[in-house]
Amino acid sequence: MNTKGLLAAIGLAAGAGVMAPAAQAEDLTLCWASWDPANALVELSKDFEAESGHSMNFEFVPWPNFADRMLNELNSGGQLCDLMIGDSQWIGGSAENGHYIKLNDFFDANGIKMDDFIDATVVGYSEWPKNTPNYWALPAFGDVVGWTYRKDWFERPALMAEFKDKYGYDLAAPETFAQLKDIAEFFQKREIDGKTVYGASIYTERGSEGITMGAMDVLYSFGFKYENPEKPYDMEGFVNSPGAVAGLEYYKELYDCCTPPGASNGYMSEGIDAFKSGQVAMQMNFAFTWPGFENDASVGKGKTGYFVNPAGPDGEQFAQLGGQGISVVAYSEKQDAALEYIKWFAKPEVQAKWWEMGGFSCLKAVTLDPSFPASQPYAQTFLDSMAVVKDFWAEPSYAILLQDTQKRFHDYVVAGQGTAQEALDGLVSDWTETFEDDGKL
Amino acid sequence: MTQTPIERAAAATPPAIVTRVKGISDRTLAWIFVAPTIFLLLAINIFPLIWTIRLSLTNYRANRTNAEVEWVGLRNYERILTDGDIWHSMQATAHFLIWTIVLQVLIGFTLAYLINKKFKGNDLWTTIIVLPMMLSPAVVGNFWTFLYQPQIGLFNYVVSFFSGVDPSSFSMIGSVNLAPWAIVIVDTWMWTPFVMLICLAGLRSIPDYIYEAAAIDRASPWRQFWTITVPMVLPFLMLAVLFRGIENFKMFDMVTLLTGGGPGSTTELTSITLKREAFEKWRTGYSSAYAIILFVTVFGLASIYVKALNKVKER
Repeated sequence: MNTKGLLAAIGLAAGAGVMAPAAQAEDLTLCWASWDPANALVELSKDFEAESGHSMNFEFVPWPNFADRMLNELNSGGQLCDLMIGDSQWIGGSAENGHYIKLNDFFDANGIKMDDFIDATVVGYSEWPKNTPNYWALPAFGDVVGWTYRKDWFERPALMAEFKDKYGYDLAAPETFAQLKDIAEFFQKREIDGKTVYGASIYTERGSEGITMGAMDVLYSFGFKYENPEKPYDMEGFVNSPGAVAGLEYYKELYDCCTPPGASNGYMSEGIDAFKSGQVAMQMNFAFTWPGFENDASVGKGKTGYFVNPAGPDGEQFAQLGGQGISVVAYSEKQDAALEYIKWFAKPEVQAKWWEMGGFSCLKAVTLDPSFPASQPYAQTFLDSMAVVKDFWAEPSYAILLQDTQKRFHDYVVAGQGTAQEALDGLVSDWTETFEDDGKL
Repeated sequence: MTQTPIERAAAATPPAIVTRVKGISDRTLAWIFVAPTIFLLLAINIFPLIWTIRLSLTNYRANRTNAEVEWVGLRNYERILTDGDIWHSMQATAHFLIWTIVLQVLIGFTLAYLINKKFKGNDLWTTIIVLPMMLSPAVVGNFWTFLYQPQIGLFNYVVSFFSGVDPSSFSMIGSVNLAPWAIVIVDTWMWTPFVMLICLAGLRSIPDYIYEAAAIDRASPWRQFWTITVPMVLPFLMLAVLFRGIENFKMFDMVTLLTGGGPGSTTELTSITLKREAFEKWRTGYSSAYAIILFVTVFGLASIYVKALNKVKER
């Protein structure tokens, strides 16, 4: 090519550059767990594609492998995900290790206010350090451990009369853990419609986080605390307090007396199966499972009721927080487009549609709307549950803390080794060692 | 001019490479050919091993690359060797290893002995018996969880049929006492055919004339079995034990899918513990030390065993 030709080519290229649209259409990849809400998000995101011109791809991984797969991706600086809906416990590590970009400036520039979201979800999904205005995610999916029960069984006159005779109070959704155990015992190995049914399905899974989520859901209301409120990381007497010991003993009693045979390694999907197949009268599970029951042929159409995690012996009532926030991955080369997605997702009308499609919105404009409690049979239970949430450690070393808990709880509850006191004393020792390694003690 | 066949062959043969590539000796040429293999060996085996040893002396964590890495000397090794949970997983592995090998050798050899007898349908039975080892361990682990299910599992119903015990009254993978045996049963079901095939190869390698000579000398079948069959199959059997031993020492997939290491930590084999430390807790330095300890253990035991195997072969 001669000099004139070269100059002409450069001129054309430069001209094309000037005329190109400012925002380039991108292929964005959003990473999340493989579950029903993810399917709803795929549908919802079609609106974003139409509005923005960007196209959305999705990488969904089943829950038992979700943390392994996605944390591997983040730790290796992978560029697979532009947007990550990561678990709430990841926030500390992802913030400190630079996996997520900080969103404060972006929120300020786009008028996104954290006050507009349910307070517990902001602390749980977005903030690191906790209770400081440093935001690494937008609350995306509110979730909490609650309970479902077979309303149609509870309303059978013969069962109601028998229960009242035996326990002296009405058969209804339990308000305390003592009542929950009574009801579970009442249904255990009972013949209903020619089939043997069992009391309750609870979390017992060993591999990822199952038994920790389940047992903590009970322990909180019995007086368990992660640390001394006055002295961070001081755990002696809080993690292994008499109340916490009683809570863990209760969980084991519930497992021994009232769960179906072979329920020694069950988490979310096993709970769903047990409930839908009519195997259990009550089921502990995250709220995300509830829309699925309403649409189910066996347990839908008014057969299922919902209740908040019951209160403990002293009237304290808490529930285990689930759910996730949506973050922009720091290794992504399409951060602008990813931020556009978050800006779109935060819009009230999008959040309203998200709730309609089965996504549990965290936006107050949606959840505090007068029509919200009646919008779904489980809506009020969801709201009440979200008001009493507590969450597991979100420290950068959460994985070690979690795996130690899994082992201690499973050893005691399922394998029946040692006592609850020994399990919790051991947990204090494990956690202390981890925080010492981290230089926090 | 007429050439002899030898001269024609010599003319058609290309000059030696060495004479074409001037200045390169045979030894250098040999190194050039071997170098890629040595490079790969160093890159894939030796370098990671040295790197792992180095990491094992630090507190490095792969999920916290921003954190400062401290040199901790032998502290990781000390923590591992004084950790009761690690010793528990070693015991669980030893239980699994010993019982699977004992059962697989006994059943595998018996099956091979029976299959070696000529009978109608011999080939069909051989094919049926080897089917389990053709399956993926992931598939085996998954479907045995269903077979062991107390309410719908076929295994519990079979036990119930023969013993009269209520099938829903026991859980093979949920009971501390039964779970270690549950994984032994599945591994034995899957890998006995492998031991059988190796034994069968050994049995078929024994020439018939040895048995004929023994029969002429009026040796009883019992004596023939102990003085001919067993000694001649022994090297094959030992090889099968070596293969199964190494495989089961690093057993992970099938047991993870079957029990997840539970109930509690009852079936948590060393490889499951190692995976948890390395890729769930992300304690890279600690897990590197653990990997080195396991490597030294397997390498040491395998070396002793191979020496014994060679001695048996020499007899």
